[in-house]
Amino acid sequence: MEELGWLQIAGRMAWQFLPVWAALAATFALSIRFKRRLGLYGKLFDSGIAMAGFAIVMFWLFTALFADLIITHDPLGQISRMRNATPGAALPDPAGRYAFYLLGGDSLARDVFSRMVMGGREVLKIAPAATAFAFMVGITLGLPAGYIGGRLDSALTFVANLVLAFPVILLFYLLVTPDIIETGLPTAMAAILFLFPVIFLCVLWNSRYFTQPARRNLYVALTLVLGLWIYSGLAFNADPLGLWGMSPNLLNVFVAVVFVNAPTVFRIVRGLTLDIKSRDYVAAGQTRGEGPWYLMLWEILPNARGPLIVDFCLRIGYTTILLGTLGFFGLGVSPESPDWGSTINAGRQLLTVYPHTALVPAIALMSLVLGLNLLADGLREESLRD
Amino acid sequence: MLRFLLKRVGTMLLTALCLTFIVFLLTNMQPRLETLAKTQGSARMSDAQVQSWLERNGYAAPLLIRYGEWLGVLPGWTREGEDGALTGRCIARGQTPEAAPSFCGVLQGDWGFSTRFREEVAGVISARLAATGWLMLWVVLVMVPSALAVGVLAGMREGSRTDRALSTFSIASTATPEYVSGVIFIALFASSIVGISPLLSDWGLIEGRTLFQGNARQAIDDITFWNFALPVATIALYGMGYIARMTRASMAEVMTQQYIRTARLKGVRFRNIVLRHALRNALIAPFTVIMLQFPWLLNGVVIVEVLFSYPGFGWTLVEAASNNDIELLLACSVVGVIVVLLTQLISDIGYVYLNPRIRIA
Repeated sequence: MEELGWLQIAGRMAWQFLPVWAALAATFALSIRFKRRLGLYGKLFDSGIAMAGFAIVMFWLFTALFADLIITHDPLGQISRMRNATPGAALPDPAGRYAFYLLGGDSLARDVFSRMVMGGREVLKIAPAATAFAFMVGITLGLPAGYIGGRLDSALTFVANLVLAFPVILLFYLLVTPDIIETGLPTAMAAILFLFPVIFLCVLWNSRYFTQPARRNLYVALTLVLGLWIYSGLAFNADPLGLWGMSPNLLNVFVAVVFVNAPTVFRIVRGLTLDIKSRDYVAAGQTRGEGPWYLMLWEILPNARGPLIVDFCLRIGYTTILLGTLGFFGLGVSPESPDWGSTINAGRQLLTVYPHTALVPAIALMSLVLGLNLLADGLREESLRD
Repeated sequence: MLRFLLKRVGTMLLTALCLTFIVFLLTNMQPRLETLAKTQGSARMSDAQVQSWLERNGYAAPLLIRYGEWLGVLPGWTREGEDGALTGRCIARGQTPEAAPSFCGVLQGDWGFSTRFREEVAGVISARLAATGWLMLWVVLVMVPSALAVGVLAGMREGSRTDRALSTFSIASTATPEYVSGVIFIALFASSIVGISPLLSDWGLIEGRTLFQGNARQAIDDITFWNFALPVATIALYGMGYIARMTRASMAEVMTQQYIRTARLKGVRFRNIVLRHALRNALIAPFTVIMLQFPWLLNGVVIVEVLFSYPGFGWTLVEAASNNDIELLLACSVVGVIVVLLTQLISDIGYVYLNPRIRIA
């Protein structure tokens, strides 16, 4: 069979992404139809930039969801004679397989297109979750640091600045290596960092419902049972039901990324708290005799949500960049993994001869981060307009 | 002001001390030392041989004592070999034990010996830092003026078409990390097979086979536009988006101030309003941002130096880290920490000087 031209490649790729287009169309149709009833989310559809960003982000999200339908080949499968094949090259012997490597083959004769799609899934599995954990840690520590101040504040700020003063890449080289897994350090860090969401939720329920013990006990008990179940799985890989778990490598990467992001979130939350705690409604709460945790979690935090949501979007993008950096230095999940950073790293050896193997994941990564940044920009403008 | 400075310097020293200790701790974990022993000795050493290698080379002492030796507050180890010869941390090869000093640490100016490059750490670091200094210099010369220009042009007429175009450009540039833009640049400009170089070469517009060089190793001896443009552009692009956005925000805010309106009503030309009245006030905030951007540049430098194989500080850091070269890595982290803390200090002091509304008692 003949090689495909660029137009045919584009057409065939668009066809492979069909489930994504359908899902995108449905999302946009529904959202624009009901945008007046959807609050801040609906307002996104008033600005072109925010819509563009949202479309790109949703594109990758749906791609990650439907990755199994989109891929044309096994992302790890090698087909001999397809080593470094140019985009659109035909398979020598299709025999029931998809007849082309749409974006060419890499140096190990694997399909670049399928690896790019699967790489999106890898990145979107880690980046949002790691960002969410970093936010939990940052919020749980930043609120008391800003609200209570004093020694606690000085100590926490010192630790945060300490982590921020590390060159990120040095930290990654020290924390993300096979030797370090043997020492048990990642597990220890995970044990500390993953505890924060559970603490956060327990304090959240307790400060709100401690006057209604029955309800409080129910919520706290539910949080503890669910939280500690997931905690045991994620941090120690000891989930009795085997539903939650992370491979040691993945845990190592995950913990390092959370650890790098948390201090910045801490600083943002602390700054916002310092600003908001002098407002009248906080003073009113203090006069009413509300406890400090109630004020922090139910008065200050909801009022800081605007900047935090914007930063959350930006930070997912930044985490994606960090994951790419890890992969670029060969510190990723595993050398086989199709995640974008690792594929860029693998492709850069022959960059001047076969650029497609590195360019495809590079452009994919850039587009996702660009989408997140545009979305954050749109959100910022819309939330300022209130 | 003096008290503020003293306090800041004190915090800096404490931070540097904590950080180097953490690096020391992480590089001296048992599995790492065993790897080091195997790479330095031979790969087929048995566990007992590894242990004796570690003891012979002074790695077996308790961690805190060795940290003290590195710092120079504890005397360096000495050990009598089986043949009666005295070896020690401070005894250089060919030196008699009596002539060697008893303390040799950072405080004495002795940064130790690099196991990767088999040279004194101080020599390695200073040579590599000089190379990176050139890179940084060019990056700053390209990045700061263009970022400020983009920011000021976008911010002086908020909401205009220029503003939208330039703002989108700055967002796009912050979304392009160095390893992405570097890869794209190399594919576009530095490949003799793809991109625009073969076209230009066919038309006879360029002399060599590529427009730029995708490898900056030669730049160590001789920096030319041909071999240095791509690394500089790669770092500058990622850093400039953020500075441009901050400048734009600050400029847009200044342009809504009363005194700008007064100047306009007075009939001052728009160009003069921007240059005389707005610009100086609008550049206070970006100054801090630029200073705080330096630590990020350091990251970019590491990526770019590896991508373009330019043997500077970043490249050395990666070499040291992947070979667990403990003393070189410690020196690298000291340099990194000093850069971070110094820029923070300068940005604080500069902010105070530039902004008359802020005074530190």
